[in-house]
Amino acid sequence: MQKSQQRGENRVVVILDALVGSAGISGEMSAIFGNLCCMFRRCLFSVLSVGPIPNHIAFIMDGNRRYAKRTQISTGHRVGFSALISVLRYCYEIGVKYVTIYAFSIDNFKRKPEEVQSTMDLMQEKIDELLEEHSIVNKYGIRMNFWGNLNLLNDAVRLSVEKAMRNTSNNTGPVLSVCVAYTSTNEITHAIEKSCCQKTEMMKRRANGFENGFVEKNTQTMVTVVDLEMHLFSNDCPDPDIIIRTSGETRLSNFLLWQSSFSHLQNPAPLWPEFSLRHLVWAILSYQRAYPYLQNRSKKML
Amino acid sequence: MTNILAPPPVQPIPSFRLPWFVRLVLRQCWLMIHLLFSIYQFGSHFLQVVESYIISLGLLQSYQNLQLHNLRHLAIVVDSEEARNTLKVKELLHWVSKIGVNYLTLYDMEGVLKKSLDGDLSNFTSGMTVKLLSFTDGKGGLAKAASFLCSKYQNDELTSYNMKDPKITESEISDALNAVGCGGPDPDLLLVYGPVRCHLGFPAWRIRYTEIIHMGSLKSMKYGAILKALFEFSKKQQNYGS
Repeated sequence: MQKSQQRGENRVVVILDALVGSAGISGEMSAIFGNLCCMFRRCLFSVLSVGPIPNHIAFIMDGNRRYAKRTQISTGHRVGFSALISVLRYCYEIGVKYVTIYAFSIDNFKRKPEEVQSTMDLMQEKIDELLEEHSIVNKYGIRMNFWGNLNLLNDAVRLSVEKAMRNTSNNTGPVLSVCVAYTSTNEITHAIEKSCCQKTEMMKRRANGFENGFVEKNTQTMVTVVDLEMHLFSNDCPDPDIIIRTSGETRLSNFLLWQSSFSHLQNPAPLWPEFSLRHLVWAILSYQRAYPYLQNRSKKML
Repeated sequence: MTNILAPPPVQPIPSFRLPWFVRLVLRQCWLMIHLLFSIYQFGSHFLQVVESYIISLGLLQSYQNLQLHNLRHLAIVVDSEEARNTLKVKELLHWVSKIGVNYLTLYDMEGVLKKSLDGDLSNFTSGMTVKLLSFTDGKGGLAKAASFLCSKYQNDELTSYNMKDPKITESEISDALNAVGCGGPDPDLLLVYGPVRCHLGFPAWRIRYTEIIHMGSLKSMKYGAILKALFEFSKKQQNYGS
């Protein structure tokens, strides 16, 4: 749970402790309180499940640095990571099957080298942590994908990323897609290159089928929307139902532009480390209101 | 905002799991939560309407001189059902050109605007360039650009001895989009007129760094709301990732 919630709960435990008047009981009280919170959360999720629950939520985790400046801690990204783990847990408990996060953009390489390096180190540390026994990945059987131009990462991070994808590739639980060294325009460019290769291969094979292996020059190749979609990083994922950008910013910053045609774009005001259960519940309620309209419009374009 | 008090659809709870009275209680709780949500939305919408009227009456000092030099290109997405109301669309065009926008792209998913605004728009656009787009200009446009690049690659490489893998840059894709007639400038600001904040398939390539603002329904559009959106935009500063 994020720091402020933890602090709030700790305060309640201290008060109860004082009421009970015995230090030995406080451990049990905190466990009971934890269980009560969990029960309350499950009830809330059961009520929400009466309406449509999004299948895929994407997060642009904006506001870590502003949070760090405001609370005067050294790095906002660590706090951001804890917020991410709580949000993931709530999403998977409520039944969201796909979660995508915008961890690092190709544009972010423009930041100061020390900052880029420390972000990369943090990412590697956290990926390795997620692959350990007791992590959320093993608890829910999460399959991890990493989308982006992975060649731009340094070797150490890239090895961690590849290991994470390999180790979780057989998991059958919910899916977490991490966009690192990613921009949507880069993804589309990559898809065009791959489609081009594929079409050229097909053409060469057709030509080899002829007697003299004649290859026509000046041919018109048709690349279709379906061809491009097959070569996007997200080809095995449905389109996001909601794209949430925290800290109130209104732009997509080159994130999932192709896949967001019928996504509910939300931009809540809290910074990413402040994004908690009630903001997620609010996001799902807003989505439930928008659902009939989005379903209707997206079916028209099928 | 349409149907703010109408409850959204209900997902059937598998009947073998929960007894009927539990399902009933859950459903009532859910309806209650949505009712509270609707009340909040209604209140918030009401305050926005009041603010729009105050702004359009010119009562707020800060809206007097709108700084539009950052806004080279404005785009507007209109829900196709609402776009059939051609009078409203023309009124919107008139307002936008009155404010001083130079270049406007109008988008509706089904291409209703391309048909209804076919003729001469200069009566209510006074010098503002207006481009009309629909869904096929988005992903379809990129597919056409991809075909163009693919053909070019094959013509260059198929007969050469060492055939290299295609390496395409983003600027080559922009050029290809222009070559196939699906190019255009990136909008700085995108206004969405419809019940939901969703860009409904606006050409993806162009909205990388576009600020996207939800304006509500077209039939309840307010001049003050447009002024507010432009004012908020003029105060924005983008880092572009750095």
